[in-house]
Amino acid sequence: MKPIRMFQGMAAALMRSDVDTDQIIPARFLKVTTKDGLGRHLFSDWRYHADGSPDPEFVLNKNPEATALVVGDNFGCGSSREHAPWALLDYGIRVLIGSGFADIFRSNALRNGLVAINLAIEERDRLAALCPDEISVNVFDQYVRFGDGKSTTFQLEPFARHCLLHGMNSLDFLISHSKAIDFYEEVHS
Amino acid sequence: MSQTLFDKIWERHVVVPEKDDHPAVIYIDLHLIHEVTSPQAFTALKENNLTVRCPQKTLGTADHSIPTNPTRQFADQQAADQVSRLLENCREHGIRCLDLNDPAQGIVHVVGPELGYTQPGMTIVCGDSHTSTHGAFGALAFGIGTSEVTGVLATQCLLQRKPKTLSITLEGTLAPLVTAKDVALHVIAKLGAGGGAGFVIEFRGEVVRGFSMESRMTLCNMSIEAGARAGMVAPDDVTFAYLRSKLGEDWQPQSWQRETSDPKARFDREVFLDVSELTPVITYGTSPDQSLPIHANIPSDAASRCLDYMGFESGGSLTGIKVDVVFVGSCTNGRIEDLRLAAKILEGKKVAAHTRMLIVPGSGAVKRAAEAEGLDRVFMEAGAEWREPGCSMCIAMNGDQLQPGQLAVSTSNRNFEGRQGPGGRTMLASPATAAACAVAGAVADPRFLEVTA
Ligand code: SF4
Repeated sequence: MKPIRMFQGMAAALMRSDVDTDQIIPARFLKVTTKDGLGRHLFSDWRYHADGSPDPEFVLNKNPEATALVVGDNFGCGSSREHAPWALLDYGIRVLIGSGFADIFRSNALRNGLVAINLAIEERDRLAALCPDEISVNVFDQYVRFGDGKSTTFQLEPFARHCLLHGMNSLDFLISHSKAIDFYEEVHS
Repeated sequence: MSQTLFDKIWERHVVVPEKDDHPAVIYIDLHLIHEVTSPQAFTALKENNLTVRCPQKTLGTADHSIPTNPTRQFADQQAADQVSRLLENCREHGIRCLDLNDPAQGIVHVVGPELGYTQPGMTIVCGDSHTSTHGAFGALAFGIGTSEVTGVLATQCLLQRKPKTLSITLEGTLAPLVTAKDVALHVIAKLGAGGGAGFVIEFRGEVVRGFSMESRMTLCNMSIEAGARAGMVAPDDVTFAYLRSKLGEDWQPQSWQRETSDPKARFDREVFLDVSELTPVITYGTSPDQSLPIHANIPSDAASRCLDYMGFESGGSLTGIKVDVVFVGSCTNGRIEDLRLAAKILEGKKVAAHTRMLIVPGSGAVKRAAEAEGLDRVFMEAGAEWREPGCSMCIAMNGDQLQPGQLAVSTSNRNFEGRQGPGGRTMLASPATAAACAVAGAVADPRFLEVTA
């Protein structure tokens, strides 16, 4: 994972509630054994008509330059598939701004460097109303700013923030505690 | 200090305590893996020059991508490759893996308990959100992502912030043909699809104590559909008797496996529900929290987007809606008790001519048990398809799927848009309701089958 301190891009709004991981990446695209190329199938059933032609009404087709999404409540509910953040990242989405993400999805997203930001509902809705708009995010100082120049602060889980800022992998952290794990196993065996 | 069951299990598994700047390191007693969410984890292991720390605490099974047709022909090469990759990875690292030829093969959340791997007091994870099923045994069990699968393979540990606790007490007496599935759908409707986020649920009360292990698994299985981290039921004699039936009469729980919540334990949130008046429940929308008593009308304020997708009208009645496919199976309702219930409804009746019914046992053991009882004959005489074990039409990545526009009544757990095939529409219900719908060829209340059929 590359370190992420600052992000600038275009934000679009996908304000449906309970967008589940089956919408983000339908199960029929999960028969893969790598992480590559999943962006092609991101939101497949919403992005394309049944005949494969793009649906011009879908937010990503209207705003092909979007690299951030403001999303509805409980985004990422459903399955634990990490293919969901992989697909978003492979497509080019770097930041999600929501108001309550599903637990497993949020942890999967942050682990892969997809910055999932939780705001109060009113604040999230205010930003959604500005979309499409330029967005900048500061992961170090934890604020997000849209074209209107007003900053909104947010709070990331401190460990997730540390990993984002340093491009750190949580696997290394676990491995650094090998001695404690040996000790635990000895006591509990 | 008084503690909840969850607190006790958590405490026992802390390897490194949580601090402000990092989550706790938690020890994992059992790691279940399947073909869809593990290949990239094994690749990451290789890239980092790591090995599997505890192969004996890991169990693999092929379930999502496998065919359930009698010939066991894979839907495509990709699915076949994914399963071979799982087998190779397990072989290379000395992990037991249930492949298609193994008599014990089945859905990961069905086989873990059946083989006695799932036990009270354990921490159990799998790259699969319905890992919450195993909480029925008084274990702390939840789904993780593939990066975390890598971590657990390498270190047998997981990084976690301690979740909050939610007690759901179910009181009253369930009416005949109202099942754990109806209770689960009712609870999810009360909490909302995201209402359990950040919580571990403990299901308590006389209703849960009266449930079999199968029913408890159905209930805990669906806790993720309310967004909960996990669901659990305290172990008791029902739990221990189940385990003895799998592990031998000599099996005894260790003292830490008998732990339950202390009488004065405080939960972060408590919910009490009396389910005596509950009737069979069915979903009408595209999120598992959009459900209703089966005889109700679709609410006038129902979300228009979900009604557009389902092709339903607000104010319309649910019963009588024509059903194309009925699916009985999945890790929610693919166990022997579920098949017995479906058979009870189907006995001596026929599946409607325009309706296709698939009955998919959750595992090889469930299949053999059903055949020993003659349930397969009941199903086939009724005109249903009796299949091989697997996830089947719950996830539609193995060849079993709906055609665009088709409407299914399913005993699985997700009615998301396209979950059972692009353009397919799903209504979730119990095995009793599903079987009644198959006979009627339409949404039907199992309690009044004679009338509607
Ligand atoms: S039966 Fe369905 S929900 Fe259960 S593990 Fe398989 S795909 Fe997942």
